Amino acid sequence: MLTAILIMALGAVVLGAALGYASIKFKVEGDPLVDKIDAILPQTQCGQCGYPGCKPYAEAISKGEADINLCPPGGMEGVQRLADLLGREAKPLDAEEKPKQVAVIDEQTCIGCTLCIQACPVDAIVGAAKQMHTIVESLCTGCELCVPPCPVECIRMEAIAENIDNWKWKYPVIEIKPLRQAA
Amino acid sequence: MLQRLFKFKGGVKPQTNKTQSVGLPIAVAPLPTRLIVPLHQSIGGTPDPLVAPGERVLKGQKIGGADGWISSAVHAPTSGTVLAVEERVAPHPSGLPTLSVIIEPDGRDEWITRTPVDYKALAPETVREMLRDAGVVGLGGAVFPSHAKLSASKTVPMEELVINGAECEPYITCDDLLMRERAEDVVRGVGLFRDLLRPKRVLIGIEDNKPEAVAAMKRAVQALGEDFAVIAVPTRYPAGGAKQLIRVLTGKEVPAAKRSTELGVQCFNVATAYTAWRAVAHGEPVISRIVTLTGNVAQPRNWEVLIGTPLAEFVALGQPKADTDGYLMGGPMMGFEMPSPDAPLVKATNCIIAGSPTLFPPKAPEMPCIRCGECAKACPHELQPFELYWFARAKNFGKTQEYSIFDCIECGCCSYVCPSRIPLVQYFRFAKSEIWAREREKNAADTAKARFEFRNLRDEREKAEKAERLAKAAAAKAAEKKAEPAPAAPAADAGIGAPAAADGGAPAAAPLDAEAVKKATIAAAIERARQQREAVQPKNTDRLTPAQQKEIAEIEARRAPLQAEQPERSAPPATDAAQEQQNQ
Ligand code: SF4
Ligand code: SF4
Ligand code: SF4
Ligand code: SF4
Repeated sequence: MLTAILIMALGAVVLGAALGYASIKFKVEGDPLVDKIDAILPQTQCGQCGYPGCKPYAEAISKGEADINLCPPGGMEGVQRLADLLGREAKPLDAEEKPKQVAVIDEQTCIGCTLCIQACPVDAIVGAAKQMHTIVESLCTGCELCVPPCPVECIRMEAIAENIDNWKWKYPVIEIKPLRQAA
Repeated sequence: MLQRLFKFKGGVKPQTNKTQSVGLPIAVAPLPTRLIVPLHQSIGGTPDPLVAPGERVLKGQKIGGADGWISSAVHAPTSGTVLAVEERVAPHPSGLPTLSVIIEPDGRDEWITRTPVDYKALAPETVREMLRDAGVVGLGGAVFPSHAKLSASKTVPMEELVINGAECEPYITCDDLLMRERAEDVVRGVGLFRDLLRPKRVLIGIEDNKPEAVAAMKRAVQALGEDFAVIAVPTRYPAGGAKQLIRVLTGKEVPAAKRSTELGVQCFNVATAYTAWRAVAHGEPVISRIVTLTGNVAQPRNWEVLIGTPLAEFVALGQPKADTDGYLMGGPMMGFEMPSPDAPLVKATNCIIAGSPTLFPPKAPEMPCIRCGECAKACPHELQPFELYWFARAKNFGKTQEYSIFDCIECGCCSYVCPSRIPLVQYFRFAKSEIWAREREKNAADTAKARFEFRNLRDEREKAEKAERLAKAAAAKAAEKKAEPAPAAPAADAGIGAPAAADGGAPAAAPLDAEAVKKATIAAAIERARQQREAVQPKNTDRLTPAQQKEIAEIEARRAPLQAEQPERSAPPATDAAQEQQNQ
């Protein structure tokens, strides 16, 4: 009986020491969780989550200050992936989901004020003072931040249409056909 | 020469259905009323349109210029007028439109000036460019720009050049007829590829159900005095898959996610060799191809058709039977339903099969997978289709990649053998395109992130640079002012330095960061003044001789009237500045 207790006690001490050592030896530097969360966020940098960009939102999530359902561009799929990563319950998105968009400048109306250039978080707008501006479509994240600053309201958002390059094979569905009536 | 043949794993033996369309020789299709030539007909960059509506074009005139190295030019198939350059429905399973040049033929079929060249006198680089500008692409169905495959690898010596005449898919006979009727030009084209790649051996593989083609090719090789080996390979689908044919002919197994070039093997289709020869030796770009029209038609045969011929006009040549309910492009194993009768034939179109309910009866409903393993036995790439199916169905795309979904060539063997009639390939296509879409999104997100971070970095750097510039300017100004009163009174300089800096750094309409600069310069000036005061006074008053004491007293007396003026003028602004700093 006594030996059994001693063995268990010894085991506890040894394992405790090993765990303590491991926690020091293998301590992870920095906060990998923020990076993991940031990798799931769509990097639209639109601020719709209430934070000035995706990274700050990732930091807030990892600190437990923000909920996981605040990013509209990420959509429900993003919420689900965050829930999987963090082991939390997925919640419905706190906004409506929008299709992917790009901004388009009406080049006839643009007065070249450069205000939209200053607003774009990813430098997707090219132009110079008093010159017509335009948007590099492949770089635009569709964040809409350039829309409000434009004094002549010449920027509009357009949904990205399906084309041969982004077309996807559909999930195979089994067609349910009504039985043909024998004529 | 006795050639040892190897076997590839898996495969199936569907009914070949080839005899119907080989009875008649290749016929040249009549000019259609309209030609719809899509600009994007090969893998790689989309060619830019070179013509405008209303322009007259000649047969063989370039209408789309290659965009980058992996891209291929597109040409007008006949002479006529460009009606429009617009989006038209593409021969693609999606049925979505693609930018196309619409040409109304004028019936004269007038060629551009064709300039045959002797490629042997040209640098290989020039020949490759010629092939690109002639629109030569892989006509086996993959439409990969051929010139890009014609540079020998620098690290691996070129061992074998494999020429693919297997044509394993049921119904299709266009390569068979091409080899029977135009074997010499095919062999000359192979010679061209050989001269560009310089392989040790050239192997031409043809399935043994095409004895006429094998004989014709052997005759042509002999007639031209070449040393190519024409080899009949066992008929088994998909022997015409590039990796399978390479395996059968050379015994080399191309590893997963690698290309055959890394093993010193390159593979081309026979029709590609033919068009390459026409392009170089006759100056004729790729404006037509041979297409098998078969299935539920009264007159199945092979036609030489202009690229861009609308499907409806083409199928009328074969007189489709009344119960025809659709047209497949490609074979029954890998082909897809043409989305519209207006969709044109393109370089990738090797076969059009008219379908009918009796020919392709509707599939019975899918049943659950019974894990019989038949699909794994049939898969020529030794994948596990039932596992892939399971994960693709559950949309677990990470797992499908672990099970090498990208090695699947979508040959359809697994769906063919499945007793539960599961459309396995459809699931794999779905999974692949989802993975690609995610990849695109991920790349876009990474770019956006990098650009966002760079922008923030640049903003900060610009701010810092501006602050530095302003601080420097302020310091320079301060030094200037300091230089004047300095000889008069070192102590007073403290009082002057501070307001000078405050003046210099405070333009009325300065933006926010200018404020920060102002604060910094003010703080710095105050600090300097304090230090100077501390440094000066003790040294001057320590251990003084009576003579010095007297001298100081004299100087102080002289300075007194000056000091009485200055502190009043300069000290108050200094405190103002300090207060301002605290308020901010
Ligand atoms: S809402 Fe989403 S995309 Fe927009 S900044 Fe926040 S995390 Fe980024
Ligand atoms: S162009 Fe406009 S919508 Fe597009 S990323 Fe820049 S600010 Fe956002
Ligand atoms: S052949 Fe069909 S039923 Fe058999 S294991 Fe494969 S998927 Fe399942
Ligand atoms: S379609 Fe893909 S998984 Fe199915 S047999 Fe062919 S290579 Fe294998």
